[in-house]
Amino acid sequence: MKKIEAIVKPFKLEEVKDALGEAGITGMTVSEVKGFGRQKGHTEIYRGSEYTVDFLPKVKIELVLPDAQAEHAVAIIIKSAKTGKIGDGKVFVSDVEEAIRIRTEEKGELAV
Amino acid sequence: MIKRRILIGALLASCFCSLVRAADDTNAPAGTNAPAGTNTTAAAAPADTGPKPDPAGTATGLSVDAQAPNGTFIVTEPTALSDDDKKDPAKVKKYADDKKAFDDYTAQAKLEPLAVKLSDSVGHNRVAVNFMWTLITGFLVMFMQAGFALVETGLCRAKNAGHTMSMNFMIYPMGMLGFYLCGFAFMFGGMGDPNSPSGGGISTMGGYGGLNHELGFHLGSKFIGLLGAKGFLLQGAGYDTAAFALFLFQMVFMDTTATIPTGGAAERWKFSAFMIYGCCIGTIMYPVFGNWVWGNGWLAELGVNFGIGHGHVDFAGSSVVHMQGGVIALIFCWLIGPRFGKYDKNGKIVHPIIAHNIPFVMLGTFILAFGWFGFNPGSSLAGTDLRIAVVAVNTMLASATGALGATLWMWWVRTKKPDPSMMCNGMLAGLVAITCPCAFVSAGGASILGLVAGVLVVESVFFFDKIGIDDCVGAISVHGVNGAWGCLSLGLFADGTYGDGWNGVPGTVKGLFYGGGFGQFFAELIGVTTCFVTLSVLSIIVYKIAEALVGNRVPQEVEIEGLDIAEMGVPGYSGMVMDKQSETPMPKGDTMAPSSPANKPLVAA
Repeated sequence: MKKIEAIVKPFKLEEVKDALGEAGITGMTVSEVKGFGRQKGHTEIYRGSEYTVDFLPKVKIELVLPDAQAEHAVAIIIKSAKTGKIGDGKVFVSDVEEAIRIRTEEKGELAV
Repeated sequence: MIKRRILIGALLASCFCSLVRAADDTNAPAGTNAPAGTNTTAAAAPADTGPKPDPAGTATGLSVDAQAPNGTFIVTEPTALSDDDKKDPAKVKKYADDKKAFDDYTAQAKLEPLAVKLSDSVGHNRVAVNFMWTLITGFLVMFMQAGFALVETGLCRAKNAGHTMSMNFMIYPMGMLGFYLCGFAFMFGGMGDPNSPSGGGISTMGGYGGLNHELGFHLGSKFIGLLGAKGFLLQGAGYDTAAFALFLFQMVFMDTTATIPTGGAAERWKFSAFMIYGCCIGTIMYPVFGNWVWGNGWLAELGVNFGIGHGHVDFAGSSVVHMQGGVIALIFCWLIGPRFGKYDKNGKIVHPIIAHNIPFVMLGTFILAFGWFGFNPGSSLAGTDLRIAVVAVNTMLASATGALGATLWMWWVRTKKPDPSMMCNGMLAGLVAITCPCAFVSAGGASILGLVAGVLVVESVFFFDKIGIDDCVGAISVHGVNGAWGCLSLGLFADGTYGDGWNGVPGTVKGLFYGGGFGQFFAELIGVTTCFVTLSVLSIIVYKIAEALVGNRVPQEVEIEGLDIAEMGVPGYSGMVMDKQSETPMPKGDTMAPSSPANKPLVAA
């Protein structure tokens, strides 16, 4: 099984979720995060004093999928989350050792 | 800790007990003491009413209060001439003229008994209009407490919302009770003292003159009034309906002053230290200067005593209310030190602390602007004084030009962005500035001085930020600096259309730009300077007392975590995730809070 972590722009979340749903992938965990990549933050001014805003709000989507589906899911995420502008985000793929569904205690690929 | 609290409680209780016992509230039976001429066209009370309190309100408002445009139509019997007077032909003639007028009036009254009865009713209604006006505008000003609470909380951080709101909440009852205990008596207890040349009764509400004992001293033939001494706990001479109406109105003004420093010193002020301040503001800090200006104390009498304009004139309180609050805020902000993380060791701002709720700030500002319609026009204490229309419009115009001035100054000149927090500070600055001169200037004058206030508040905020005095909400700049500007602007812009007889000085109030010379400006300057010096001293004393008893500033860990849980026990926004640490990052390579006289450095963990 593979874990896919995708950090995307918050307004792209619905589009990514819908695109994954159309491909038959319906389970995911979403969290609100802050971050930045190579792009430096920008400067704002409050009551005459400058301050830098380094962290930008993002959304992290986490999916655990059978190996066979992982590559396809990554492609869907990239296609639906891309805007072409800086800050589009990143996708990380890693191995998952075990997965268990709490209600039925199913293990492995049956759980995802 | 408990022992210390018992000690404090016992100390305060014994102070107040001795005050109450010492207060001489029994009326001196000086029944013939008719109140002297007062601020507006007033009636000389008939000799038989005297300063007897009227708690039921049934004896307030008589024929004598039913006024023709130029004064009452009631004619009183002239005082009989002494043997010495009879030698003076001018006095003899005047007595003869007055006696004839009185005899004519008495004869006419005999012919029209119904008219005399009706005049009592007219007088009562006129006084009732003024009572209603004073009370209802007072209610509007009370609502400003909500405005201040929202503005201050919105400009501070979310993790301190519960604490900031609580200070603004508790200051209302604390200030009120202090004022009730003795503050009102200190401030207005001497307003009718015969020693004060321009003192008098509550002229617009029936002329009650029972608050007539002013503590002071004589400088040759001149009386220097310092503090009132009647009306403690609103008993005795204080238990009169007019006195009660005056108390309510003046109390909400005092509470406006009281709530100003809570904004400046927020986010690091211990709640216990704030409560000690709350005990002191209504009882003594506010009433002293208040008596000098509005209680017919020495600043009001500068005109009559020393010929300086009309004395220190302040219609609705740019100095009495706002500048007092601003100076207290200045001293407290200075002594308590800046918030942790904002400045680096060299005093440069490295991390401005951003408002967490701009909608609160703007909503609060609108509430304040609305309440100001009670603040300024209400200060006439008379719905029958039609100048209130001018006062209200001037107030409104200054608020608008203040907001616009601050916005454009920020946008076009200073920072290229029309900062919402400054928009609000600008509107409030305009309102503070117009508070003193509102009854004495034209629409043009009001607009111009409001515009100046808008620019002034921006520059003032930048100035205090630069010198390391961390004012969370701009209280010093809005209320202190513009309170002073408001008073000085009266000395410039008063156009001579109003104020005849103000503070006992004949003639209308005229400023420099309208041919009045420097007199009024000089009187305002004296008042403003006195305010600064007096309140600085009082604030330092109160701060030191609180420092000795409980300490003023919260520990650094509490400041970083947020005051809501540590000080108040309840979060302002329960259930909301807040990134408290990153709201206040450590200055680079430094674990110590910026230095201040009262601040203790954090011991490195």
